[in-house]
Amino acid sequence: MTGFDAIATHLPVLTVVLPLIAGFLTPIVGWIDRRLPWYWVMFATLVILLITLSNLATVINSGTIHYKLGGWNPPFGIEYVIDLLNGFVCLIIAFIGFMVSIYSKESVKKEVPGKTTQFYSVFLLLITGLMGITITGDIFNFYVFLEISSLTAYALIAMGDRGDGVVASFNYLIMGTVAASFILLGIGYLYAVTGTLNMADMHNLLPDIYTNKVVLAALAFFMAGFSIKVGLFPLHAWLPDAYTHAPSTASALIAGLMTKVGVYAMVRFMFSVFTPAFVIDVNMTEILTWAAALAIIMGSVFAIAQSDIKRMLAYSSISQIGYILLGFGLVNVIGITGGLLHIMNHAFMKCALFLVAGAIFYKTDIRNIYQFQGLGKKMPVTTIVFLIAALSMIGVPGTVGFTSKWYLALGSIEANQWIFVAVILVSSLLNIVYFWRIFDNIWFGHPHEIENIKRDEAPLTMLIPMVILAILCIFFGFFSRYPIEQIFDPLAKTLLGLGGVP
Amino acid sequence: MATEIQSITPLLAVLVSMIASVLILAFGKYPNIREGWTFVAAFIKFGLVISMLPLILKGDVITCTVVEMLPNLPIAFKVDAFGILFAITSSFLWIFVSSYSIGYMRSLNEHAQTRYFFCFAIALSSAVGIAFSANLVTLFLFYELLTISTYPLVAHIETPEAISAGRKYLTYLMIAGVSLLFSILVVYHYTGTTEFSFAGIAGMETIPQTTLVILFITFMIGCAKAAFMPLHAWLPAAMIAPTPVSALLHAVAVVKAGVFTAVRVILYVYGVDLMHDSGLWLYMAYFVSITIILASIYALMQDNLKKRLAYSTVSQLSYIVLGAVLITPHGITGGMLHIPYHAFMKITLFMCAGALIVTAKKENISDMNGIARQMPITMLAFTVGALGMIGMPPVGGYITKWFLLLGAAELHSMILVAVLLVSAILNAAYFFPVIYVAFFKKPDHELAYKEAPLTMLVPLVVTAIISIIIGIWPDAPGMFLDIVEIAVANVTGGI
Amino acid sequence: MTGIVDIVYAEYNYWIYVTLMMIGFYAMIAKKNLIKKIIGANIFQTAIFLFYISLADITGGTAPILVGGHGGEHVEHAADVIYTNPVPHVLILTAIVVSVSTTAVALALIIRIYNEYGSLDEDVILAARKSLQPEFSEYARQKDVAEVNHQ
Repeated sequence: MTGFDAIATHLPVLTVVLPLIAGFLTPIVGWIDRRLPWYWVMFATLVILLITLSNLATVINSGTIHYKLGGWNPPFGIEYVIDLLNGFVCLIIAFIGFMVSIYSKESVKKEVPGKTTQFYSVFLLLITGLMGITITGDIFNFYVFLEISSLTAYALIAMGDRGDGVVASFNYLIMGTVAASFILLGIGYLYAVTGTLNMADMHNLLPDIYTNKVVLAALAFFMAGFSIKVGLFPLHAWLPDAYTHAPSTASALIAGLMTKVGVYAMVRFMFSVFTPAFVIDVNMTEILTWAAALAIIMGSVFAIAQSDIKRMLAYSSISQIGYILLGFGLVNVIGITGGLLHIMNHAFMKCALFLVAGAIFYKTDIRNIYQFQGLGKKMPVTTIVFLIAALSMIGVPGTVGFTSKWYLALGSIEANQWIFVAVILVSSLLNIVYFWRIFDNIWFGHPHEIENIKRDEAPLTMLIPMVILAILCIFFGFFSRYPIEQIFDPLAKTLLGLGGVP
Repeated sequence: MATEIQSITPLLAVLVSMIASVLILAFGKYPNIREGWTFVAAFIKFGLVISMLPLILKGDVITCTVVEMLPNLPIAFKVDAFGILFAITSSFLWIFVSSYSIGYMRSLNEHAQTRYFFCFAIALSSAVGIAFSANLVTLFLFYELLTISTYPLVAHIETPEAISAGRKYLTYLMIAGVSLLFSILVVYHYTGTTEFSFAGIAGMETIPQTTLVILFITFMIGCAKAAFMPLHAWLPAAMIAPTPVSALLHAVAVVKAGVFTAVRVILYVYGVDLMHDSGLWLYMAYFVSITIILASIYALMQDNLKKRLAYSTVSQLSYIVLGAVLITPHGITGGMLHIPYHAFMKITLFMCAGALIVTAKKENISDMNGIARQMPITMLAFTVGALGMIGMPPVGGYITKWFLLLGAAELHSMILVAVLLVSAILNAAYFFPVIYVAFFKKPDHELAYKEAPLTMLVPLVVTAIISIIIGIWPDAPGMFLDIVEIAVANVTGGI
Repeated sequence: MTGIVDIVYAEYNYWIYVTLMMIGFYAMIAKKNLIKKIIGANIFQTAIFLFYISLADITGGTAPILVGGHGGEHVEHAADVIYTNPVPHVLILTAIVVSVSTTAVALALIIRIYNEYGSLDEDVILAARKSLQPEFSEYARQKDVAEVNHQ
């Protein structure tokens, strides 16, 4: 099977190139037949999913993959490095992309009428950008893909609500440009003092020059830029508008992925470019944990005040990003494991929730939670998915949300930061407040009015990904042990420089 | 010594009603078949639980590890004497309450019956799950599941008052859940495990004293299901639920899960020695004594019969915890024994109250003049239950009171003895008026004989009779006393 | 005094780019007109490009083409020939492309915003958005809740 082997060696770059080419070919596919792009996108994302699975399997079995673009050796050439962190995040991107692409058929037809082909094209390009950010080992290449993903996100959001979508996209553009420019500046500083653009090379060169103020400035610019990209409170102002006014498919994709990839970038820079010792030394991790704790509480508090379900979920995302960053900021093995777990868990939970919001909007045109009466009877499967995902966000044991909360709280105790334990537990209670009133509206109250409501469930293409995600929420709630032992635990140890990668 | 036997019976016992709940949902349109599933599940569950009894009586322990959820945190079951005590109580009583529920719901032609039976089945699953939990994490899982599955039952009638009562219920119990999670985290952090063990979890002694006390407080807040004052307010509020819910859940499953957890923490996490050495037993004893007295006084002031019974429950639950913290064999026996004994008596009382609501349409005691002429059998059963609560032979309550008094006396604590005696008097003070009003007061207008429907009458008579049997013949082989003796021996190590 | 002047003189390129960057940043944030924001973004990014390119320059360096290399003969790569660094230039070419694309997207968005709201002033657009979304304003929400409770 030499043909397959030949492809197999190039799988890392195919992860990025495939969605790129698919994205560019989508308009042609759409020109052939209006209905084809959906199949095309599904097929493309499925293939990418298989590729990322294969990458991750290879990494687990044989260690980090190094791929030289064009055969040029690093540090002169661009290198794609896939280790456990990359492999895992790529898999999440591909999986959520696949799920959302199945879902998108009916949703996109309704919400972006007449522009479905363009939507799918930009969709694939967004996946390209995200994959590129994750997989690259060169910091300028990283900037390029960052901008690709940002631009495509702006375009996707602008296809949403009339007027609101465009304004939200513009605000996001301004803030995103600031963020990307800061990152570019940071890259420039690092290049100025090390002379290399390769991440691994920098990791070796930087420790000698940590006393140089330029390196400190670079770290500051990076963290500022990433904080804006990730939506860390208080630099989150673009997030609620962008998530609310994007089309439902785009919301699900962006909410499930973009902030995670931003977190990945933060982690990659904090731990693999700058070493953990340096980051702890300059108190960056402490600032991060306090900002994260603030984000956790403020996100939940704002969410309680919302009546639009997508806006509520957007503020909830701000809170969840706080969880993830808290885990990484604690800089102990348990905390980082918790952060990594929550990347996976939040992708599942939030994506499912946004898909449900989109399904409800598709069927009933309602986004105001106070108008959800009788939905339990009308769309039983959808609302059960919502129940499972919301219980998972609350942190009920047996669901996936509990596992990451457990690790995060345990990590906080280990780091002797009892206040963060209190923050995590209090935010669980706040989550209950804003989710439970939706349950009340969906299933309880006004029994006489809803007697005549008939079953009118969302279409099958929308139901399948929602149900799959809900099942995964419960499955990984019970069987998290395997990913933790295989991926997250050794990864946490590697990030901290404690060894442990197989 | 106890040998550990591997078996999936505990897992099956828990899963039976979960599977039944799905079937209940599926057959929602066919009421008779749907109710049939409830009965089938109840009988099978009880059968499975009883099948494990002979092994437990021999002193063995049945274990079953379901899945290792996180590294070092398994979801596992371990059936020991204390666990099977609670499991037998709840699964046996489910059979009766199911029959009672059917009568109640059909008489009132209630809406959303499918949801009701569905949530009931899951709630019973959770209760048995709590009973059989091998470690704190499994217990926490079923604890939260119990809260979530009982919310639709509390808010069943869906009026604004019901929803706000449901919110109150949820607030108290979710805060409790969070507090319990915090306590579990701390235990895991210090000891590396959350597994219950007969002598308390090893490594708990390493915790500094102040942390130990704070941890105990957070544990007890976590057991808000046990309705300690001041965390009791959810229980009277939850009386807005249909009476079968009040009967089983708020007299048997939910509140007993709370005290069960509290006793598990006291005896199987902290352990008898640690409780004694840290002096926590005395503080807790005083704390629950306040609840015992105060709740009885509140009960005196209630006119609504269900609310009066609710406060009575609050008071009686603290008996159980009091027994456990009187860390002597007699004290613990009294506490543990009160779990099934109180369950039988209280469920009789609640079922009578429900019968009164359905048949005579009366909720308040002041309306119940001479009601015994209309419903003599119901009121007779009520009297049996009331006598038991006061502690009069031959109904079972006197046995547990006797053990508690012995335990308090052994510790030379005159205050606790006084508390027990005063509360007995208070119990009499709030139960006798009901009996007096029902039997001896002249009714406002002529009342013809019209008893509750048979589906409701039979269960409450049976539980009343059982209350008498366990009072006359506590030593019956395989009866609760035997089980409790083994449990106490486990915990005290034969002191 | 001489110390400061020396510093400013020696590193004047950095001072220039910092000033430009701050002008651009200020424009992006403080200006109300959307076009001015985009112009600010461009200035901001241009400042960063200047920084990179100023990094590339080495005193006394010549263009980074191998001296005497054209024609294919073997060239003496003597260490005595100093070349300026070509890499930042390459990076900036990419970054300029990115900046142009961003500007293009931004301008497209601005056209759409103008078609929808008829104005390019941020305050006017904000007011228009609030008034177009009655069902999510606070008063409407309270009205909803009141209706729901009275039914």
